[in-house]
Amino acid sequence: MATARKVSLTVNGVPYEALVEPRMLLVDFLRHELRLPGTHVGCEHGVCGACTILMDGRAVRSCLMLAVQADGANLMTVEGLSPRGQLDPLQEAFIEGHGLQCGFCTPGFLMSLCELLQHNPNPSDEEIKETLGGNLCRCTGYQQIMDSVHIAIAKRQGAGAASAAR
Amino acid sequence: MKPPPFEYFDPRTIREAVSLLREHEGEAKILAGGQSLLPLLNMRLARPEVLVDLNKVDGLDYIREADGWLAIGAMTRQRDVERSELVKSRNPLLHAAILSIGHPQIRNRGTVGGTLAHADPAADVVATAVALGAEVQAVGPEGERTIKAEDFFVTALTTALEPTEILREARFPALPRGSGWSFMDVARRHGDFALAGAAVTLTLGAGGNCSGASIVVFGVTPTPLKASEAEQLLIGEKPGEKLFEEAGRKASEAIDEPMADIHASAEFRQHLAKVLTRRALAEAAARARGMA
Repeated sequence: MATARKVSLTVNGVPYEALVEPRMLLVDFLRHELRLPGTHVGCEHGVCGACTILMDGRAVRSCLMLAVQADGANLMTVEGLSPRGQLDPLQEAFIEGHGLQCGFCTPGFLMSLCELLQHNPNPSDEEIKETLGGNLCRCTGYQQIMDSVHIAIAKRQGAGAASAAR
Repeated sequence: MKPPPFEYFDPRTIREAVSLLREHEGEAKILAGGQSLLPLLNMRLARPEVLVDLNKVDGLDYIREADGWLAIGAMTRQRDVERSELVKSRNPLLHAAILSIGHPQIRNRGTVGGTLAHADPAADVVATAVALGAEVQAVGPEGERTIKAEDFFVTALTTALEPTEILREARFPALPRGSGWSFMDVARRHGDFALAGAAVTLTLGAGGNCSGASIVVFGVTPTPLKASEAEQLLIGEKPGEKLFEEAGRKASEAIDEPMADIHASAEFRQHLAKVLTRRALAEAAARARGMA
């Protein structure tokens, strides 16, 4: 058994320190060590996107990272969208647009969208599809996910206009 | 589906990394972006005793221009190449190849060095490296050496790197003046590995005839195939549909044993090689004429 390693990282603004075996996957570390089970394990080989989180602002597949590799990093998981229990407009948009049924893929979709909308607040449908192509959904058929993204974009623009007017 | 146990090192310098490879010769694997290695570890198709993680090594993340060549550090994320205005303007073929890699989440971690060292038969940047005549810089216990792309890819998932060597930089030459380019592939879904693809450059001389061509077909053979006979066919000729059709046929005929698997039969790959070569040449010619 390999020597356990210390990792120090920030997740959703909260600092953590832990001792981990090098082979522990980041997704398992988040779910089991940090008790943040919002990030899901789908395929464990990087095709489904259910494990998507943000690392230093970039959407990454946490099943393809070792926990030790997140040492010193700033992570955001789906739990970070509603730190005080109130849903983020992105999450509300998914409810209004029926962008989820079983919800298993949803955290991954949300995190992929976070990166997109941070860089590009008004993406084209092509750009949205390009971003979400790496996230698989078995329930919705994707159209309602596209609808939810449109609603989310409108909500953000509405919020932007409201705060600009103040 | 969890990785088997391994000893883990995250060196801070490339020299340290090379030492570790030497110390654990034959039993160590380099971890770069992890987008190819982690799936293998998770499925236990790879069981290295030691992992040498390059993500903490400084100075391997850069995109520089020198004498018309683009020098890219091995640990440069594919996403940074995608977003680089320098790459977009100086080498649109490389840029197109990078965009073709999987999905944004993969490109956020995947590295240029990693995809080259992994040498997947269907890898976009691997094919482009051959098409452009790129070279890589390898560093080992004995020192550094330059390896040309045409010598670098030995067979599927195997490169000319020694077990104690690390790919430190990849250099891509600029497209020749007056060249058009094309990068296209066929896959069942956007982002999937290509069933077959073509990376092509076409140079038109002053009179409008073909003065140079580079045709690489990939995903069909264990390493990218440079279709030299098809290239020769084009030299001195006027670009046109019939010519490209013939070049496509020639490129396809050059494939002795196309790969066959659950995704595509040998016959289908051979057919795709022909069609994609023809289409890519047409697109490259249009770009060369400035009409694309």
